[in-house]
Amino acid sequence: MNLILVSVLSLGGIGAVSAIILYFISQKFQVEEDSRIEEVEAALPGANCGGCGFPGCRAFAAACVKADSLENLACPVGGMPTMEKVANILGKTAMPVDPLIAVVRCGGSCEHRERTNRYDGVKSCAIVHNLYGGETDCSWGCLGYGDCENSCTFDAIHINPITLLPEVDEEKCTACGACVKACPKNIIQLRKKGHKSRRIYVNCVNQDKGAVNKKVCDVACIGCSKCFNVCAYDAISIHNNLAYIDDKKCTLCRKCVEVCPTNSILELNFPPRKPKVEETSNVVLNG
Amino acid sequence: MNKLVVSPSPHVHSGNSIQKEMKSVLIALIPAYLVALYYFGVGALIVSVTSVLSCVLFEYLIQKFILKGEKTITDCSAIVTGLLLAFNLPSNLPIWIVIIGALVAIGVGKMSFGGLGNNPFNPALVGRVFLLISFPVQMTSWPRPIPFNPAYMDAETSATALTALKEHLENIPSALDMFIGNMGGSMGEVSTLALLLGFAYLLYRRTISWHIPITILFTVFVMTGIFYLVDPQTYASPLVHLMTGGLMLGAIFMATDFVTSPMTKRGMFVYGIGIGVITVVIRLFGSYPEGVSFAILIMNAFTPLINTYIKPKRFGEVRKK
Amino acid sequence: MKTFKMGGIHPEECKFSAGKKTEVISLPKQVVIPLRHYSGKPSIPEVAKGDMVKVGQLIGRADGFVSANVHSSVSGKVVKIDNALDAFGYKNPAVFIDVIGDDWLETIDLTPKVKRTCDLESSEIIKKIAESGIVGLGGATFPTHVKLSVPAGKKAEVLIINGAECEPYLTCDHQLMLEKGEEIIIGITILMKAIQVKRALVGIEANKPDAILNIEKWAKTVEGVEVIPLKVKYPQGSEKQLIQALTGREVPSGGLPIDVGAIVQNVATTFAVYEAVQKNKPLIERVITVTGKSVPEPGNYWVRVGTPLSHVVEKTGGIPEDTGKIVAGGPMMGRALPNLEISVAKGTAAVLFIPSSESGRGKVQNCIRCAKCVFHCPMGLEPYLLMNRSEKNLLDELEQNRVMDCIECGSCSYVCPSNRPLVDYIRYGKLKVGELIRSRKVQQL
Repeated sequence: MNLILVSVLSLGGIGAVSAIILYFISQKFQVEEDSRIEEVEAALPGANCGGCGFPGCRAFAAACVKADSLENLACPVGGMPTMEKVANILGKTAMPVDPLIAVVRCGGSCEHRERTNRYDGVKSCAIVHNLYGGETDCSWGCLGYGDCENSCTFDAIHINPITLLPEVDEEKCTACGACVKACPKNIIQLRKKGHKSRRIYVNCVNQDKGAVNKKVCDVACIGCSKCFNVCAYDAISIHNNLAYIDDKKCTLCRKCVEVCPTNSILELNFPPRKPKVEETSNVVLNG
Repeated sequence: MNKLVVSPSPHVHSGNSIQKEMKSVLIALIPAYLVALYYFGVGALIVSVTSVLSCVLFEYLIQKFILKGEKTITDCSAIVTGLLLAFNLPSNLPIWIVIIGALVAIGVGKMSFGGLGNNPFNPALVGRVFLLISFPVQMTSWPRPIPFNPAYMDAETSATALTALKEHLENIPSALDMFIGNMGGSMGEVSTLALLLGFAYLLYRRTISWHIPITILFTVFVMTGIFYLVDPQTYASPLVHLMTGGLMLGAIFMATDFVTSPMTKRGMFVYGIGIGVITVVIRLFGSYPEGVSFAILIMNAFTPLINTYIKPKRFGEVRKK
Repeated sequence: MKTFKMGGIHPEECKFSAGKKTEVISLPKQVVIPLRHYSGKPSIPEVAKGDMVKVGQLIGRADGFVSANVHSSVSGKVVKIDNALDAFGYKNPAVFIDVIGDDWLETIDLTPKVKRTCDLESSEIIKKIAESGIVGLGGATFPTHVKLSVPAGKKAEVLIINGAECEPYLTCDHQLMLEKGEEIIIGITILMKAIQVKRALVGIEANKPDAILNIEKWAKTVEGVEVIPLKVKYPQGSEKQLIQALTGREVPSGGLPIDVGAIVQNVATTFAVYEAVQKNKPLIERVITVTGKSVPEPGNYWVRVGTPLSHVVEKTGGIPEDTGKIVAGGPMMGRALPNLEISVAKGTAAVLFIPSSESGRGKVQNCIRCAKCVFHCPMGLEPYLLMNRSEKNLLDELEQNRVMDCIECGSCSYVCPSNRPLVDYIRYGKLKVGELIRSRKVQQL
């Protein structure tokens, strides 16, 4: 009986003393923090993807609390609904931002770009890029080993096993930029998602001369400037044998797509064009 | 001509493979196996075959149905684990106990960590120590060495040299008997000669390096030597310690297991000294007659620490003044 | 016999072309001379489309200090200056010249007599070497004049000549030592004068006894040159390992050979120095070995820089039927080529044909922690750890574990029983850590 009493009292005493010490220490070393950071963080998606440019949701929340206005602060995953919630908590206004999406600028699938040698080694784009130009004769184009797919935390980009090119899932992509950083050839770019998800871009990053490209890939940009000539909005520029469409100026008129001789400019999510109706004589012969 | 292959250098390979390394170990174990078959007869055969087959079967089943990975038994590491487990058991152990040992060795000691390369503890020793603690009576009844013994579970038993030392009995085998293996003990540990032949083969094939075994044996020799010099009545001579028990088998085949031993020469010295010290402490002052298995398992736990903090000698080491 | 202390491997020597007398490959129809060397910036073209050039004429000027001049290896007409695929996997600027005849510049001395005396001063020698576009012919193609320019505060004590040729299959240096022994010795004396040292050590692996004898014979005719046979072990020809074997000194981690008073030059570079200084001949041709297990007649050939490999292969017996891989260089550190349109560069030492049966890599398995990579690494690194940290992009740990010390010799991948692509990941790790170190230096400025 004595033993039990002694044990209970001594252990209980140790526990009580520890609790008191811990209480005072936690009070003394408590980090003073604006309680709103906690609230804002709770409103964020919590993916910690870094798409906002900050290392994690908590850092973004802290930045929002500290900033004077929410300009240039946007969560690509949560989008406008999340920014509205944050704005409500902080008493600031959420700035509308054009949604972005990852765009893969290479059309060199197996069908269009012949594989001329066989790579045998670690299947990682970064490692192959460090070694040589890849299994095709276009050293600028997509290598297809999936570093972008591995870097995506939203399951939004996958390498198509038949074309060996990455494909972006429009619903899931949050434009966090991870795949852009992962691609060693700078093929993936964040561009405006566009009205009704429509966008037009040059599906090539090859800067070699056109004559060389034609032999290597059917759908390469040959820098012929036809698109540049036809664009009425000054949205296209040609540098180093490669055309580039500025998504801020592009009005989605699609004239460049029509004139491109190699089908190197892509239009996404547009309705099919009406076929041109030919002028025929409408004389109907009776009888 | 077909498409050319492009890969990063180097473009040649030594041809070495995990299978080759394992086969080299198996060949090195042949002398000890022959001695086991000679002195422990039918029992040795039954226990070893059961152990090897169980280990291979369990690895195959676990890999296929639980881990759902590719077949790994072709790398022969399960065969080595099976044989080494058998070498650590007495030859009169019932089959069902051997199978349990194999299941623990492979299932718990190896596959639960993700298969070859991921286990922190030597699988055969995990199995052996599990059996020792779970079935202490069966695991400490040692058959006598009888050439081509036809008996299996009813083989005549006697105390081994180490039990004799622990209990201060008089009947320790002669030096020659200890050297060739004419004494009681677990199947693979008895013959110092056979194990040394295996060691020579492993060194010749460059499967293992000399660092771990020599360090362990040297440490044991020195430590027991000191005690023997101080009090020869109580403590046995270092040579007796080297040639009895599982020390030779442990030093050459168990401690040198790739996965669980350190990666640097300096680390191997620390590891070997640790095993030697713990073995001697258990043998001289612990309640178990043999300490090698425990010593190796304890030092296995230190291997990651050794690998993190003990770095190899660098070329062009810049000494900070 | 002397050797380096740590690590190393013994691959099959396969010196099938040893002892084969050099032959001259006839001129191709067109040469494509690269303007970019591996080390340094590409040279600035000095000619334009339509220009007529002679052999030895300057066609590219060095851009900056760590860059080299480029000279035409043929006479003819410049077709274009355009990008061409080189052995490093990407297209880089090159000069395309259609070959017309074989007219050499008048200033070049084509007489065969060996000129033994050199009256130039040290700085004049280095200037002439720079003008002649000499780069390291051991493979790294580092501009030689940069190596010979000892930085302030350091002093050169010994010249080391690399005759090791430790890569399997390669015999071009071996053959050069047999045929041009006297010229090489004169080249050594010229280099000794350039860096103002009284002592030169020539390291030659023991599998070339005839070369050792020949160089020893000619070394007796000059002062201060000693020939030292070395144990056959790869990578004996690596600079740091060679310096340790010959002098016992270790180049400190992150340091250069000059930190221990040594300057290392390859024997082929030494021969090129002789030709440049004594005969006014810039670097426009070199010996390469064409070899492989299925090549019916492996041999050593004099080839003009810029000759397409397809021409070389055509003139030396064609591509063997069972070829799976074509490697520019040796099997341990050479580069596999995607096609044969690449031309011979100054650093191309060999064309190696590897049969398909040997072209594939084994299946990659888990690391079994056998520590063979650690034991065989000549730089005392832990390749298994470096690969693991590279995979996970843990750059700080990589730097602490001295990934930048790796010489990419390939010994670790060679011995790994699990066929792990150790060097691939370590190279990637070096790339990333190198970027990190450079960005740190930029921030500090």
